[in-house]
Formats: sequence, C-alpha cells, structure tokens
Amino acid sequence: MVESKYMPLDGANAVSQAMRQINPDVVAAYPITPQTAVVQNFSQYVADGLVDTEFVPVESEHAAMSACVGASAAGARVMTATAANGLALMWEMLYIASGMRLPIVLTVVNRALSSPLNIHCDHSDSMGARDSGWLQLYAETGQEAYDNTIKAIRIAEHPDILLPVMSCQDGFITGHGVERVGILPDEAVQEFVGTYHPKYSLLDTDHPVTMGAWDFTDYYFEHKRQQTEAMNNALPIVKQIFREYEELSGRPQSIVDMWGMDDADYAIIVLASTAGTTRTVAREWRARGIKVGVIKPRVYRPFPAQEIIEAIKNCKAVAVLDRAISFGTPLGAGPLFTDITSALYNEGITGLPVVDYIYGLGGRDTVPPMIESVYQDLQEIAATGERGALVRYLGLRE
Amino acid sequence: MNPGTTTSIKRMIRQEVFPTPFCPGCGHGILLGAILRAIDELGWSMDEFLFVSGIGCGGWIPSPHFAADTLHVTHGRAIAFATGAKLFNPELKVVVIGGDGDLASIGGNHLIHGARRNIDLTVICANNMIYGMTGGQVTPTTPHGAYTMTTPQGNPERPFDLCQLVAAAGASYVARYSVYHVRQLIRSLKRALQHPGFSFVEVLSSCPVQYGRRNELRSPVAMLNYFREHCVPISRAHTMDSAELADKIVIGEFVR
Ligand SMILES: Cc1ncc(C[n+]2csc(CCOP(=O)(O)OP(=O)(O)O)c2C)c(N)n1
Ligand SMILES: [Mg+2]
Repeated sequence: MVESKYMPLDGANAVSQAMRQINPDVVAAYPITPQTAVVQNFSQYVADGLVDTEFVPVESEHAAMSACVGASAAGARVMTATAANGLALMWEMLYIASGMRLPIVLTVVNRALSSPLNIHCDHSDSMGARDSGWLQLYAETGQEAYDNTIKAIRIAEHPDILLPVMSCQDGFITGHGVERVGILPDEAVQEFVGTYHPKYSLLDTDHPVTMGAWDFTDYYFEHKRQQTEAMNNALPIVKQIFREYEELSGRPQSIVDMWGMDDADYAIIVLASTAGTTRTVAREWRARGIKVGVIKPRVYRPFPAQEIIEAIKNCKAVAVLDRAISFGTPLGAGPLFTDITSALYNEGITGLPVVDYIYGLGGRDTVPPMIESVYQDLQEIAATGERGALVRYLGLRE
Repeated sequence: MNPGTTTSIKRMIRQEVFPTPFCPGCGHGILLGAILRAIDELGWSMDEFLFVSGIGCGGWIPSPHFAADTLHVTHGRAIAFATGAKLFNPELKVVVIGGDGDLASIGGNHLIHGARRNIDLTVICANNMIYGMTGGQVTPTTPHGAYTMTTPQGNPERPFDLCQLVAAAGASYVARYSVYHVRQLIRSLKRALQHPGFSFVEVLSSCPVQYGRRNELRSPVAMLNYFREHCVPISRAHTMDSAELADKIVIGEFVR
C-alpha cells in the first residue's frame, strides 16, 4: 500500500488529476456542463507540459469520439469526457468503439437529457448507453471518481476484455462538490496502469489490419457473440483489478458496496451519490434497532447480478432507486429495477417484494426524509404483505 | 409610438423574464435590442415569426425573451430544425439566432448546407469568439493566438472567416457588423430579414467575462473599443495591404 496525499478537490478535478497521472496519448473533447472542468483542467496540464498528451479541442462530441476511435485504433491510450447531450451525440461512435474492441476510457459527469433543457444531474444519459457495449462504473464521491478512472484504464485494456469503459459520476453533486480526495503518488499510478501495448493497431505496417470493414450475414453474428462473451466474462477480471487497486490504495473497492447487508430486513439499492444520503439515514435507523441496509453497485455493466441477489434474497422487502426512467417498460420503471427483478426471476426468487422509486430527475434534490419514507414503505410492505405500486416517485409534486 | 424606440420594442419582449441572464457587459443584449428594432422599424409583428435557437448564451437571445413563437433546440442543430419548420410553413418568417460555437462549430455542417440550399432563413450569428456559456473555451472563430480556457498558451489554430465560408457555400445575403456598429447592424438586419433566400449576419459580440478578461479586454468598454478600432469597412479594406489588414476585421455587406 502507498500513502495517498489528501487535497480538497471537486469530482471533476479529481478526474483531471487521475488523467494527469495516467498521461494518456490522446484526449479529444468538446465542452459541456458539468463535464467542462474535467477537460479544462487537463488542458492546463497539457499547456504546462505536465503530460505528453496530444489534446484536440474538436468541433463536437461526435468528432470527439470519432477522433478517440481513430487514435485508439492507431494504438494510442485514449481518454475523453462528456455529459448528457454530448453523450447522446457520441451514440453512433459508442458502438463503433465497442464493436472495434477499442479500450477508450470516457468520463461521464451525469446530466439530464434534453428536452426540456436541464443541466442538472440524473442518469438518463449514461443509462441510455447501457446497451452500447461499454462497461459502466458509477462513483458515489469524487474519491471514487478518481479511483474508478485509474481502474478503468486497466479494465479496458485487459487483453481478455478489450472494451471501452464509461466512468460516471453525478453532475454538480460530486462533479462540482469539493471534498477531501486522496491522490496516489504519480509513480504508483503509472506503475499500476503500465504501458499500453495494443495487440493490433493501425500504423503497424508490418502487421496490417482492417478495422470496421463490412461484415454481413457471414460473420457479423459471430463477432457480436465474441463481444458479448468478453462482456460476460469481464466481471471476475474487474473484481481482480478492483482488488489490486484496493491493495495499492488501501481504500475498499468491492464491485458492489454493501452496508448492513449481513442481516438486513429492508434494503435500498442505489447508484452513485445518493448512496451517501441513503447510508446516512440507514445509520440512524440501525441505531434505532431497525435492520436496514444499503447496496451500491460500483459496476453496473456488466451487471453484478450474483452479488446483488445473494445480498437481498433473505430481505423482507427491497427498494430500488432509479435516477432515470426506461420509458415504456412495464409502468415506466427504471433500468436498475428491471435488471434486478429479472435477475431475481432467473434465480427463481419470486416471493421477494421489490419496488422502484424514480428520484432526482433533472437534479431534483433527494434529501434524508425521502429516504426515510422509502424505509417506512418497505416496513409497511413487509407488515401488510401487500406490495402496492410497483413504480413510485420520490420528491415529485403531483 | 415611434418604431424602434425602447418603449415600442418593450411590447415585443416577455418583460416578466427580465433581466436577461447575460453577464455585465455582454454584447448579446445589444444584439437582442438590434433585432427587435429592425423588426419594429419594418413594421412587422412578432406573430409572423418563428425564432429558432440552439444552446449557448447566444441561443438565449430569443428564448425566453421574445414575445413570439420560439423553438429552443439542441446545440448545433437550429438551422436543421428551422429548415423543417420553414418547409412546412413557408409563410412563417423563420429566424435562427445562435452563437459561433452553435452555428459554426458543432452546427457548422448545417450552416454550409443551409447556405448551399439557399433556403429562405435569416441566420444571425452572435460571434463572441468563444464558448461563452460553458466557461470560455476555444471555438473555430477564436483568433489565432488568443487565450482561452482550453488554449492557455494561445490558440494554435486559425479561425474561420464565417462570411467567406457562407458566401462560398451559396448564401445570397451575407454581412458582418459588431455590436459597436449598432446603426449599421440594424440596417443590415432589416435587409437580411427582407431578403428572400439564405441570409447570414455575423455579429461580433463582446464577452468581457469569458473572452476579454483573458485577452487584455477586461472591461465592457475595452471590448467595444476593440471593435471600434479593429473593424474596417469593406471599401477601406480594399485600399489596405495584407500587413495592414492582419489584425483587422472587415465589416459590411459581402453578398447582397
Ligand atoms: C451536444 C452538446 N454539446 C455540448 C453542449 C454544451 N454547450 C452548451 S453552450 C455551448 C457553447 C456555447 O457557445 P456559443 O454557441 O458560441 O454561444 P455563446 O454562449 O458563446 O453565446 C456548449 C459547448 C451542449 N449543450 N450540447
Ligand atoms: Mg460564442
């Protein structure tokens, strides 16, 4: 283990620091609130000569991800960052990156998608990209955003994964929120991420390759099978890399963070910053002797179904908090809920009442009394044996 | 009521949303007033208009301030949305208002194709040479060598000359003025609004907060003086050699 140096950083700056230490070959980006600071700080490091990165302030996110794909295909270690509509504009290229198996690392500082126009946090942007073949990590704090950025490089470039990684944190809440963040020594990070040696790359003229060429009814299906295989097999490798990073940093790095889950009757499953609010409430309820717990997946794609099911299967009632709606799912549930409930069914667990709470859309504040109301609802469900509404809303005016 | 006066144009705005969100010294407010004065002096009603804008401080000029139909769309796509609206309802006077980033960077493709098609739109580009709203990053119109958040050592790239670009692509009315040249600007906006076909007015707008403060133009007055001192009319530019023109901005009507 090495000592971290602690400093006050906002979540965006924490990621810029990680990028400085990783020293990627190419960064191409376009500004968008609340991501802007990530790349802006980084461009200062480029100007100050602290990194060797080629930095290109391109003309759109579509161009940004295109340039990243080009650079990565040419063998470079590539990073970028975006949010909301910027991510939406990258959509076409997200599939190009994953389909070409290019280990690009993208920071998403989560923000609501237009329309109507909103710059505040929800997860509609990255959740929409959950089927795009990228791995997804979600950070609760600036610290986790920093840690995830470094781990993401190793995960993406692992020869048995070779897929792009999206490292997400909550816009404004952690992105702009200043907190105490431990930064590893530069050399420790450099050693941890190592040097990227692509197996195949363009510009390797002794071993010419074709990328992205057409692939019709003959082999396209097989290539997609390989891609899904890589994703399906990624979790143990991700776990291993998390463990290595835990040893290096001394900070716990489970792929699913559990609080009070050894004997919890009532559990809340939630991604990113709201896990902190939930834990605060859970601590108070525990002090009052009520067995509540909190589950926070740090990895969302591939989905850690086993870990979550194992933890909740003996609960009396479970609530999932979703910061996005998957429009058109039964009753308009959120993506995390549909993943969890289908995983439960696949494991043959059908008696456990699970309800979904859509919360925090467009940055709507999620405060402790709302979390208390969720635990209250769970108690009531367990007591009455009636699940009630499947999809509910927290902090909504109706 | 005399058209073009402050009392008169007050009828054309949603007064309840004022003051504007613009920073002190922002040129976009001057442009906002100039557009309304041009429309008022033409004797036209706001009911005849659709204003389309993308994302950026420039996009806020019509929306939510104008008491008219406004369509506030995504960053870069205003001209494409406007094309659709105009095709369906050709009677509508469709005006696109956006920043340099919105229209020339992320939306640059739609700009040249709108011009090529010579579709009957009026496009007003509030060019403050910076992405103002996101905090002052380099745009494709930032002058070579200028300092921005993302070019702390000076911009290594060359800027677009938007008027030349749009003229070459086929626009049939093309002009450039600054918010300092407000009388000429209003006259030009009136011509652009009356012109059938693709009309483009580039308006140099002051951004002391994001552009000026990094480029020794910290105060609003310094930025306006910059436009006064660096803008030369087309007729005078013809008499100057390239060395004299090096740091100048040519203003006037390029295509009419
Ligand atoms: C697809 C997308 N990318 C990025 C942004 C973030 N963004 C909002 S405004 C803006 C730039 C605005 O600059 P400009 O168009 O020049 O207008 P100004 O604010 O300078 O008037 C950017 C990059 C966005 N809203 N959508
Ligand atoms: Mg601008």
